[in-house]
Amino acid sequence: MTQSAEKIVFRKPESVIDRATHYCPGCHHGVAHRLVGEVLDELGLAENAILIASIGCSVFLYNYLNVDSVEAPHGRAPAVATGVKRARPDKFVFTYQGDGDLASIGMAEIIHAANRGEKVCVVFVNNTVYGMTGGQMAPTTLLGQVTTTSPAGRCMTHEGAPIKMTEIIASLGGTAFAARAALNNVKNIKTAKKYIKKAFEFQLSNTGFGFVELLSACPTNWKMTPVKANERIETEMIPYFPLGVFKDVSDEGGVC
Amino acid sequence: MSKQPERIFVKGNEAIARGALAAKCKCFFGYPITPQNDIPEFMSSEIIKAGGDFVQAESEVAAANMLLGAGAAGIRAMTSSSSPGVALKQEAISYMAGSELPAVIVNMNRGGPGLGDIGPAQGDYYQSTRGGGHGDYRHFTLAPGTVQEAYDLTIRAFDIAFTQRNPVLILGDAILGQMKEPITPWTPENIDEEAGRDWCLNGRTGGREKRLLKSLFLGEGELAGQNRHLQAKYASWEKLAEAELFECADAELVICAYGSIGRIAKSVVRKFRKEGRKVGLFRPITLYPYPSEPLLKLAKEGKRFLTIEHNLGQMVDDVRLAIRTVADSGFHPIYPGNMPTPDELEEPILNCLEGK
Repeated sequence: MTQSAEKIVFRKPESVIDRATHYCPGCHHGVAHRLVGEVLDELGLAENAILIASIGCSVFLYNYLNVDSVEAPHGRAPAVATGVKRARPDKFVFTYQGDGDLASIGMAEIIHAANRGEKVCVVFVNNTVYGMTGGQMAPTTLLGQVTTTSPAGRCMTHEGAPIKMTEIIASLGGTAFAARAALNNVKNIKTAKKYIKKAFEFQLSNTGFGFVELLSACPTNWKMTPVKANERIETEMIPYFPLGVFKDVSDEGGVC
Repeated sequence: MSKQPERIFVKGNEAIARGALAAKCKCFFGYPITPQNDIPEFMSSEIIKAGGDFVQAESEVAAANMLLGAGAAGIRAMTSSSSPGVALKQEAISYMAGSELPAVIVNMNRGGPGLGDIGPAQGDYYQSTRGGGHGDYRHFTLAPGTVQEAYDLTIRAFDIAFTQRNPVLILGDAILGQMKEPITPWTPENIDEEAGRDWCLNGRTGGREKRLLKSLFLGEGELAGQNRHLQAKYASWEKLAEAELFECADAELVICAYGSIGRIAKSVVRKFRKEGRKVGLFRPITLYPYPSEPLLKLAKEGKRFLTIEHNLGQMVDDVRLAIRTVADSGFHPIYPGNMPTPDELEEPILNCLEGK
């Protein structure tokens, strides 16, 4: 086969900056970043988008996506997104948040942004631990899961049950789209991209709030190999956090 | 006959809201708390009519972070609250100072600590002038003493916020917020809402380089460099410090007081002057930067000082710092929870004047 016959079939999305990331081996943030980048490219949003970065490992998303970006305080990204969108309604505004940021310290902000039907999108990466700070218990940590602050395993009577965010967001009036996908295999990754695109399109049509939860691996803090971590998503996370679309107002005739 | 300028009779709270609209404020993020509710209530209809947007936030925390977002987008925006609510906003104010984002915040100071009361007080002076959140930052703090000044300083607050790329606080109290006075509204000319916004987030239209607004600096020496830059900016504000000097020229005793208390003290100074007593008033209009220079000048002229505050002694620190090389200041507290009157200030001023 001659060199001229080679054909490039897989490129980095233009919205993703060509540089090495700081993520650990087997971390799914890279996959999630790429999916966001691909959708930004496909919808032609790179020059119109404003990213609200959150606190946690993914704060550095602003180093990897080639879009205007602002850093929000811990948990406040949906409030910052509200401010940006109300100030510049013609821009495409999205946040990218982890489970500690969104479902613990930022619970009020995410609930109310969704309930108001802010025309913004949220990409929610759920890996069941606080990653950047070293693997502490998160609001989504599974029952029995050992973390640095639940050394005997999360206990229902002491720490409560893991919070199912997508179900909660789907119950709110302003939500146009709420879905959960996983990043543990090719099929699930393709579905995840479909959901992200759909959530983004609901903002572009000015319909309402878009929310996509991505079940993701944190092999370092789970103390697992990347392969084992992928298996854990399938055997432990998906049974508790079921995949699928929980709300899609295109089936219901829109949000009020 | 020439046309008289329009006069309106409004509360201090409404004057601030009207001043913000005159300054082309486009977004307001509020949360109910007494004694500032007139501001969000007025804005909820009027800013919409002016083509802007209003959000009643889920919390003071969220309101301040919405302000951060609008500031990052380079849009004139405001939030207002009162003491316990302003404490909750400090997180976002620190981030805005660290990321150099423009914003205007109003605090109608009420009694504290804790839930305190809903009456006037000046207990938030430290919080307002030292950077009430975490880290080494400062913001401009403007302290109006009348309803007209509240209107005027609100317009100025937006200019400062955008020329300095920094949060600006307007510090009033329950007296100023709830008091009605006639004012002459005016509209500043030539506000260019997009000028000098080459840092703000408005999308990479035309393929320009991406912009990033942040306060995280992890690289070797980066945070030190950012702090050096911020401190130089704060130092450059000294020349913008402002105070009202009333009957100070031949005064033996100068009363130092700000905001509503400054105005009450002024009544006492007027009365004493009629009686031939040589008393003057130094009323800082900017609490940060503090107008130390004119105060030191008065001290060098041999004057004596009495600081009066509606708290238990906060601004008196700045007075003493300003004059420390040549003089000292006495202090008279008005306890939060009490409504101050000119009459009750006469005795402490008289005692000080007579060297008792």
